[in-house]
Amino acid sequence: MSYLELLKLASPETVVVVTALAVLAIGLTKLNSKTICSFMTAAGLAIAAVAVLMLPRHATLFGGMLVISPLNSLFKIICLALAFVTVPVAASEISLRNSGEFLAMLLLGTVGLMLLVGAEELLTIFIGLELLGLSLYVMAAFDKIDIRSAEAGLKYFLFGSTASAFTLFGISLIYGMTGATALASIGQKLAASNFEPLLAVGVVMTLIGFAFKIAAAPFHLWAPDAYQGAPIPSAAFIASASKVASFVVLGKIVFVGFGPFHGSSAWHAMLAGWSPALAALAALSILLGNFVALAQTNVRRLLAYSAVAHGGYTLLGLVAGGRDGFAATLFYTTIYAVTLVGAFAVTGIVRRETGGDDLQNFAGLAARSPLAAACMSIFMLSLAGLPPLAGFFGKFYLFSVAFRADRGLLWLVIVALFGSFVSLYYYLIVLKFVFIESAPEPRSSLASPRFVTNATIAVLAAAVLFFGLLPQTLTARIIATLP
Amino acid sequence: MIAWTIYITFAGAIVILFLPGIFTRWIALFTSIAGFAVGVMTFVRPDVDLAHFTTVVRVSWVPALAMNYHLALDGISLVLVLVTGIAAISAVLFSWDVRERAKEFFFWLLLVVAGSYGVFLSADLFLLFLFYELVIVPKYFLIAIFGSTNKEYGAMKLTLYSFFGGALVFLGILAAYAAAGSLDLNQLAQFQFSPELQSWAFPVLFLGFAVLAGIWPLHTWAPTGHVAAPTAGSMLLAGIVMKLGAYAGLRVAMNLFPQGFQLWRNSFAVLAVIGIVYAAAVALRQRDLKFVIGYSSVSHMGFVLLGLASANVFGVSGAVLQMFSHGVIGALLFAVAGTMIYRRTHTRDLDALSAMNLRRALPFAAFTFVVASAASMGIPGFSGFAAEITILIGVWKTYPIAVWIVGAGMVLVAAFTLRALKRSFFDVDLATADAAPPEMEPITIPEKLGAGLLMFATLAVGLYPKILLDRIQPAVETLRFLK
Repeated sequence: MSYLELLKLASPETVVVVTALAVLAIGLTKLNSKTICSFMTAAGLAIAAVAVLMLPRHATLFGGMLVISPLNSLFKIICLALAFVTVPVAASEISLRNSGEFLAMLLLGTVGLMLLVGAEELLTIFIGLELLGLSLYVMAAFDKIDIRSAEAGLKYFLFGSTASAFTLFGISLIYGMTGATALASIGQKLAASNFEPLLAVGVVMTLIGFAFKIAAAPFHLWAPDAYQGAPIPSAAFIASASKVASFVVLGKIVFVGFGPFHGSSAWHAMLAGWSPALAALAALSILLGNFVALAQTNVRRLLAYSAVAHGGYTLLGLVAGGRDGFAATLFYTTIYAVTLVGAFAVTGIVRRETGGDDLQNFAGLAARSPLAAACMSIFMLSLAGLPPLAGFFGKFYLFSVAFRADRGLLWLVIVALFGSFVSLYYYLIVLKFVFIESAPEPRSSLASPRFVTNATIAVLAAAVLFFGLLPQTLTARIIATLP
Repeated sequence: MIAWTIYITFAGAIVILFLPGIFTRWIALFTSIAGFAVGVMTFVRPDVDLAHFTTVVRVSWVPALAMNYHLALDGISLVLVLVTGIAAISAVLFSWDVRERAKEFFFWLLLVVAGSYGVFLSADLFLLFLFYELVIVPKYFLIAIFGSTNKEYGAMKLTLYSFFGGALVFLGILAAYAAAGSLDLNQLAQFQFSPELQSWAFPVLFLGFAVLAGIWPLHTWAPTGHVAAPTAGSMLLAGIVMKLGAYAGLRVAMNLFPQGFQLWRNSFAVLAVIGIVYAAAVALRQRDLKFVIGYSSVSHMGFVLLGLASANVFGVSGAVLQMFSHGVIGALLFAVAGTMIYRRTHTRDLDALSAMNLRRALPFAAFTFVVASAASMGIPGFSGFAAEITILIGVWKTYPIAVWIVGAGMVLVAAFTLRALKRSFFDVDLATADAAPPEMEPITIPEKLGAGLLMFATLAVGLYPKILLDRIQPAVETLRFLK
């Protein structure tokens, strides 16, 4: 393996790193212009996506440290696309003073995502997690004069580092038991060995790190503050791309690595393994997320609790297992990420116009900006799971997969259906403010919405509608990439 | 060809959003007339096989989940498509004076209509569910933005009830899908589901649908929703939306799970009888005219459910005829109460109305209300009589005792209808009988056209019910649960 070949296979990551350094350098010069940095970032991400397309279909480096497969490539592109749509959101955010630094952090976080998605070995996965995490901590705390942002960053950092410690400990236990860090060989070793309690400890500890990343209850406590306090582009990135990558890796870890140690989450036949652990996380997240979201008056906090619930739904596919289950999870997390970036972008517009993001600030949005209101209704209704939007198909897919996989999972499906029934209320409350309440007094608009932001939310809303009407375009691709 | 009802209506809804406001109501009118015309053209064509659920369109949609875009038609669907067209045209005519946010209003209105066409024509379970849920949100906005009394409460209650029913339906659909591995209604209707599955899936599915049909004790959304809704909203609710539940209960729940139906039909018959009598008794005590009509809707829908539960050709055919009949009569009653009276007097309180000498002020409204009341009470010559007598003949064969109870209930229906009629128009106080009537805007031409259309429909079907029954009965005879 020559270095040249390595460079070729890691070209997308390299492109993003080089862009990050270039953007950082421009940010240091007098030329520090938001527009130039944004264009460079967007161009770098686009080139990286092209580079992903030019990779060979299959390649494995260093025993799984970097794996190129259709699945990994597809999700690298999806992560790049999610970072790409975060750029205009960041460009229109006024609180970000050094946009060069911010965008460099965004790019480094994206490299973390790509490593995470591309790795099938626990150590690289951990490095990816840390690289992503460190970038996100900085991004969350980026608004230096806002105490909320500092709180968000600190909370995210404290919880995140604790969760990382758990994961590292879990990884070390698993390494101790199996003598391997590559997922495939862990799977083979586990299949040959008997169940041991220490293994369960290792598995659960490894899962905790991911439960933190996807904000599953009870590891969600950072989410409300981070979503509410962090600058909007950071929150959007934390809630979307970071989640997608985490689910991809989590799926690979549990299916490939811990596959033999599946257990069972059927109601009367619970059996120790990772599946009942995830089922418990899912049920708790769905109930807690939805019920606490009912009481929120801040839209970003509401989105945070709803994100907890959606993390729970998404886990259903992993609990169900199999190719269909993984495909359903991947589909749902992708369209959820698209929807949430859109919702955060609209929140950004409202925040810029009214100076806040409480429900009250959304009052009269339909009169002020019909486009933003229409897009917001598409995002909220998709989150609620109403047709013909992508969220509806996603939920149908997830629930039907879970139900078909094992009749014993009926309890989890009922919990999820109930949660989704509860959730409609608070999404409609948001829309009530958007369409029905009128703004208390005419506010002077602080800044007129920019064309780029409007185009971004329109594209995202169109995507949500498109994937709802023709889900096949995405599901077929995902299914085709799964072994 | 019948599929164009759906496409035209959706296209009309979208076009309204993008054309200048002066065209809005005309587009809505032409769209609804075109939809109805398509239905009538199919109705008069002799070569259409209405005895079987014949495929109209079938395109593969999501092969991975065996979903097809599959529309089909039989006599039952066709009759309901016709009543949808009639109710849509008259709802548009009675909304002719909507000026504020008219684009949104007609957009939501046409979405309800298009979704309803979709439900009546779907031959794929997922597609049917998609259209079924699609109707929920437009109803919320129609009521919450454009409604009157307690509108936000009424809208939210209705939406949550619908969505709760939807969650039950979802569960039932998953059960059928998981067992049979297909979503095609015609295939599912051939599949032998295990009795154990049927015994729990049928009540879940049927109850979920029946929520929308106003089954006692889950009917309470109906009166508050009807009262809160704008006139066109109540007309669509009573005319179409309540039929969606009854139709889907027949087409899906009963036809897929015949053994479950046999097991549970006694219970549902009891609920239907209670609903008929209870709602009629409650209506007798209402002071708000719209509440009277709202409860009368619940009572009339009770007949539909009772007819379905009777499980013979007469009862079920009568139930379908009653869906048509109540669709027309309910729309007419709400049109009189909501637009002809309330818009001019700004009150629906029966005591206040009785002092207004409306019979002199609004003679056309008085005439219409007399016709509508007569039809609602089941006077021979109107469609209500034809439908209810057919249902009762069917019910007599299975539940003779129910006929006696319902007979008493019909007296209550007559009582509250006559009371509402007398208090609103004919409370002649001899002292003021000859006084000049209060000045009121005369009944407009669109109102007269809309009322004329509805009165013609109920009279035509009442005098010659064979025109519909000949198409309903063959289709009912081929349903599986009757064999």
